[in-house]
Amino acid sequence: MSLDTTPKFSDLDALYDVENAKVATEMYEDPALFAEEMDKIFKKTWVFVAHESEFPDKGSFKLSHVGLDPVIVVRDRKGKIHCMVNRCRHRAATVCEVKKGKTSSFQCPYHGWGYGLDGSLRAVPYPEQYGDDFDKSQHGMLKLRTEAFEGMVFATFNHDAEPLVDFLGPEVCRYMTLFMKQGGGFPVKVIGEHQFSVPMNWKVQLENTTDAYHFPIVHKSFMQTLDEKTEDLFAFMDKNEGWVEDLGNGHSIMMMMPTREDLDERMDDPIEPRFEWLAEEIRKEGYSEEQVKRIVLAVGGPGFNMNLFPNVSFSLSFFRVLTPVSVDKTDIRHMALGMDGGPQIANQTRLRLHEHFQGPMGFGSPDDAEVWERVQRGTQGGADLKILVNRGMVDEEPGVMGPRGHVSAETGMRAAYEMWKRMMEQEA
Amino acid sequence: MFDTSTSTTALLAEVTEFVWKEADILDRKDYDAWLDMWLVEGIYILPMGDGEDYENQLNLCYDNDKMRRLRIDRFNRGFSISSAPAADTVRTVSRIVIDDVDGDQIKLRTAQHLIEDKFGRQRIWAADVFFTLKKTDDGFKIDRKIAKLLNSGGMLNSFSYLF
Repeated sequence: MSLDTTPKFSDLDALYDVENAKVATEMYEDPALFAEEMDKIFKKTWVFVAHESEFPDKGSFKLSHVGLDPVIVVRDRKGKIHCMVNRCRHRAATVCEVKKGKTSSFQCPYHGWGYGLDGSLRAVPYPEQYGDDFDKSQHGMLKLRTEAFEGMVFATFNHDAEPLVDFLGPEVCRYMTLFMKQGGGFPVKVIGEHQFSVPMNWKVQLENTTDAYHFPIVHKSFMQTLDEKTEDLFAFMDKNEGWVEDLGNGHSIMMMMPTREDLDERMDDPIEPRFEWLAEEIRKEGYSEEQVKRIVLAVGGPGFNMNLFPNVSFSLSFFRVLTPVSVDKTDIRHMALGMDGGPQIANQTRLRLHEHFQGPMGFGSPDDAEVWERVQRGTQGGADLKILVNRGMVDEEPGVMGPRGHVSAETGMRAAYEMWKRMMEQEA
Repeated sequence: MFDTSTSTTALLAEVTEFVWKEADILDRKDYDAWLDMWLVEGIYILPMGDGEDYENQLNLCYDNDKMRRLRIDRFNRGFSISSAPAADTVRTVSRIVIDDVDGDQIKLRTAQHLIEDKFGRQRIWAADVFFTLKKTDDGFKIDRKIAKLLNSGGMLNSFSYLF
């Protein structure tokens, strides 16, 4: 092998300098590195594919992605969840182009090969020409392993991967359970999603969900549209009460409003003035005062963001999912969450709050998208300069699973990049 | 109902003038003038997908008077990095069809093609735009405007302007 075929990213220490928390510019710019990330990260670890409420019934399915691979997530007749690559084993056509729905089987439109809900090959038209030894059991759709926790469905191509809950770790699992309290006593349900594509490397997004430092700057114009009490809730940078913590395996949490870590602990508080009107509406529907409180607290949502390596995060009141498309293109989904069976007015309020910040027309997301793109544009210059993720190293202290720093520390980014490095070090 | 071709033609000319005026205002980002084109109770919606129960579904935007004013204020104050500066836009509105006339209320639909330019990159968006207009002493006012983008339920980009 000649030297010029050696990838320039062979030196992982130069790509991410752990000690000084510096990231090399190629990390956002090198297509060969991107290809290797797809193999060593997205083909190897647990990747979020769907929330259970998106395909609730037997036979319901949803299209998703694991890295670059389009997949179908589906429940079979017994309710068991399967995930398989959306590709016919014959001549590769996709077997499904409906984003979400219900079916009893998948049939390839090209030559009619039919697959069961578990991806097994059931029917081949005119099979005689394949001979007697054609083995259908060897021609099922390419399956991924799937596991779920708190309604979050993950899939992996790696059949040797550790169990999902071990990958998440105890602290992530604990926070996921706390996050789901915004069901307000009802199951959490995905009630819609905003989708927008951003010309950026996927890691620019990976860095963002536990980055409090950008909030008062990028989202100043959103803050200006809040009432005083709500604005105070978002003034976490000035209050210095929160923290960011490395939760292991690249995951991290940003606790912005520690008083809202566990919504149940707020049950004795008076109803927030901004939601008094809502409490009154819910009371009219005959809910008990305790339920009214629980529902109103849920509408307000919990007080933290949590980022899971490599593609999903929990952000106050919604899920944010990233799908890498190419080295400089990433698709983003912001899933709105509601209460399955909860009062209509409460879910309407959640929808309007989501629209206020999120999505292509929100008061927040377009500004996020703009700065993410600006990072991608900026890294086209100064190739030898490093990206700094060292903020807050000065006063980090040990947390439960890893270091814990100031609410605006870049501890979460360091956690993600250390995991990135660990995965990229593996043999392919 | 209107029943003579003459009145249809006259009304079509009137509403066309109005929606062209609105399109021009939006391209020029003269947002205070845009706010004046609305009834206070008017609702401005960019839905996603085919659903029409806008109140109970997630939209790109669902603005009453208060949210419209906050949105414009956000554009105008200069603190929003995505709208300072915003993308430039040029749009055309055509294929205007009057669906219904009931007293002083007119329902119409239009096709809108918009090209945005930012960072030297141009993007094209197409939308079916539905208006409910009310004829007042002060001319037409918008009671409802629903801009349905093609692929509204799919992958979009963020917008720093209005449709």
